[in-house]
Amino acid sequence: MIRTEDLSKQFGDYWAVDGVSLDVYPGQVLALLGQNGAGKTTTIRMLTSVLTPTRGRALISGFDVVKSPDQVRASVGVLTEQHGLYLRMTGLEYLDFFGKVYGLNEATRRKRSRELFGYFGLADVAAHTIGQYSKGMRQKLALARTLIHEPPVLLLDEPTSAMDPESAQLVRNAIASLRTEQRAIIICTHNLVEAEMLANKIAIIYRGRILISGTMDELKRDLLGPAEYEVRVKGKWPHGSIHLPPGVTPLADGASGPRFRIEDPQASNPILLKELMKHKAEVVAFQESPRTLEQVYLAAMAKVNRV
Amino acid sequence: MVWLVAWRELRDQLRDWRIIFPMFVLTLVLPFLADLGAQAAINFTLKYGTPLIAERLVPFLLMVVGYFPITVSLVIALESFVGEKERGTIEPLLVSPLKDWQLFTGKLIAGTAAPLVTSYLGITVYMIGLYFQRIPFPDFNRMLQTLILTTVQALLMVSGAILISTQATSVRAANLMASFIVIPMALLIQGESIMLFWGNDQVLWLAVAGVAVLTALLARVGIAHFQRESLLGREIDVLNLRWIGRTFWRAFKGEATSMLGWFKVEVFRTLRKQFPSIILTIVIGLIAIVVGYIWVSSNSPKIMDQFNAGDLSTTLSFGMGVPAASIGISFPAIWGHNLQAIVVILLLGLFSFGVLGALVYLLNMGVIGAVLALIRALGASPLKVGIYGILPHGFFEIPALVLASAAILYIGVVLVTPRSQRTLSEVLIEAIADWTKIGLGLVLPLLTIAAIIETWVTPVLLISAFK
Repeated sequence: MIRTEDLSKQFGDYWAVDGVSLDVYPGQVLALLGQNGAGKTTTIRMLTSVLTPTRGRALISGFDVVKSPDQVRASVGVLTEQHGLYLRMTGLEYLDFFGKVYGLNEATRRKRSRELFGYFGLADVAAHTIGQYSKGMRQKLALARTLIHEPPVLLLDEPTSAMDPESAQLVRNAIASLRTEQRAIIICTHNLVEAEMLANKIAIIYRGRILISGTMDELKRDLLGPAEYEVRVKGKWPHGSIHLPPGVTPLADGASGPRFRIEDPQASNPILLKELMKHKAEVVAFQESPRTLEQVYLAAMAKVNRV
Repeated sequence: MVWLVAWRELRDQLRDWRIIFPMFVLTLVLPFLADLGAQAAINFTLKYGTPLIAERLVPFLLMVVGYFPITVSLVIALESFVGEKERGTIEPLLVSPLKDWQLFTGKLIAGTAAPLVTSYLGITVYMIGLYFQRIPFPDFNRMLQTLILTTVQALLMVSGAILISTQATSVRAANLMASFIVIPMALLIQGESIMLFWGNDQVLWLAVAGVAVLTALLARVGIAHFQRESLLGREIDVLNLRWIGRTFWRAFKGEATSMLGWFKVEVFRTLRKQFPSIILTIVIGLIAIVVGYIWVSSNSPKIMDQFNAGDLSTTLSFGMGVPAASIGISFPAIWGHNLQAIVVILLLGLFSFGVLGALVYLLNMGVIGAVLALIRALGASPLKVGIYGILPHGFFEIPALVLASAAILYIGVVLVTPRSQRTLSEVLIEAIADWTKIGLGLVLPLLTIAAIIETWVTPVLLISAFK
């Protein structure tokens, strides 16, 4: 697992990361969101013992990043912002080289390379030089490198940045398949769709500080308020006659019908539905208005800017 | 792991035609041209009855043929870390369990191996050419010297270039900083060429030893100050004069709040820190005095000839690092001369991790022994001259020289010692601040007292002693 407590890094007079505390348990995927320069990469570099924290501490699989850098580096797989591939090597040579770097024996290296090339659909190009690979293939090979030693912790920094949509989709699918009960993953990204798709926990970092963190539902509730529901009925809406249960506030009508903010959907929705039935309203749809991570992110940023 | 890093790099180099092509040219074409040049030069010089020049030209060309291919190593090594940083390939290595020294040594081997093999091949081709042209081979000693010199020069360049590569923020910056290697190397090669034509084996062996020591020190500094953090953390080079000034002042002032406090606490704290260096400096200084004495004693007739011809004062003053003309019996001249010697020790020491500074110190100490031996050879009592002519001012001057030299040796020691959480620049600035503390707090006052005594007391004592 990954644990950080008051993790901070100062460069000169500037705090690139300031008091970051996070917990990512095995089976969890945390998306670390933030603008350029927010402190995402610095956090990742501290978690890999490349940068030494100025304050606070971080543990990776129980190893302190300052006291046990070798064990930390052996426990993490890191996909760096730039893929960092040696273009004159073949894919096979590349994975074999990193297998050796991580101390795997020849039989394990061969087995893992075969598995990973198959897993990422690169078996046909394994013997080609990496210079011949497409961008998506290169990123998948870089992902394979991070997995060669089967690390319990994965740190993925901008895994799909500057990629075309098709390649990005390929890489996203590959990352999605890496989620296991034994592995804790942090993804740093600007891509909110990607974060929403891959992560079950979100943290927004701004100027080195964590603005807010939690599950997607928690963030929506905290930043966007209670859930909003839209109701569509056949024919005329029975205005005036409907008695709204407590905690249900009518909003301006949506595109296809009235909208309500509902504090406790579990309790209020059945009552509201019964009330509509009572007034013979023919309900065609009763659905939660989609609220995206983008709205959550923008709301968080707006809150900061107001402050 | 070291071989793993080196082998990957080597394989990469061997797949790059931009490296292979010049190596091929330097292995085959250059030695061939050198052979032709040697033959033409021999014919030309023989025409004028100067076979010695031809004889010395053959080993000189051997050195040139060996040296040219190793210049490629500079290009490879300069971009070893910073080039990988620019290409984004360094980070996967830095986040792997590879240790700093493994990465550094792997790069060192990779930077040296291919150019050195090319160099040896070039030398072989040149020798084959000599054989077929029936030009006599240089003697075994000279060939051995050339081979060893080529090897240590390659290692020296690569160590320096890798050190630059770990400290530079971009390949461009590394290339700009390459002049710190190219210029000293050019001077070294010129010096070696002179020695080759001079034909002095002993001096050439000294050069081999000197280059080997510098190489080891450079490699040690590189490993000691290799920091993953600074390699990835710095993006642009900024000459931050304010930061330099602040760091220096903080180290120089320490915790002192008054001038007296600074002297009592900071100067003596620094002195305690440098105690092992001071002991070492005293020991090697004593050895130098004895060596100087023995050398002059065993070469008395030759030295006396030099003395009579008036060359000796020039030789002695050269040994002290200052021109002879500046020596005179007046306070400013003596004080200035001694100060100049201290500054020479500092400057030479800064560029050589204290080695060349220590060498100037040893020469100074050797001169004391030499002067005493010379006095004995002239029929006077060295003990009497020592007591009346050297000891009064030497009591202050020699400790000043010892302290200044120990402080510069200490800079070398600090530079080759790993300091976590400290950049190379910080370590260097703090070490210079320590030197300045000793320089201003002790060396300068001691030199001033020594110059006063040497100007107004020593001559009187000497005259009264020898009346």
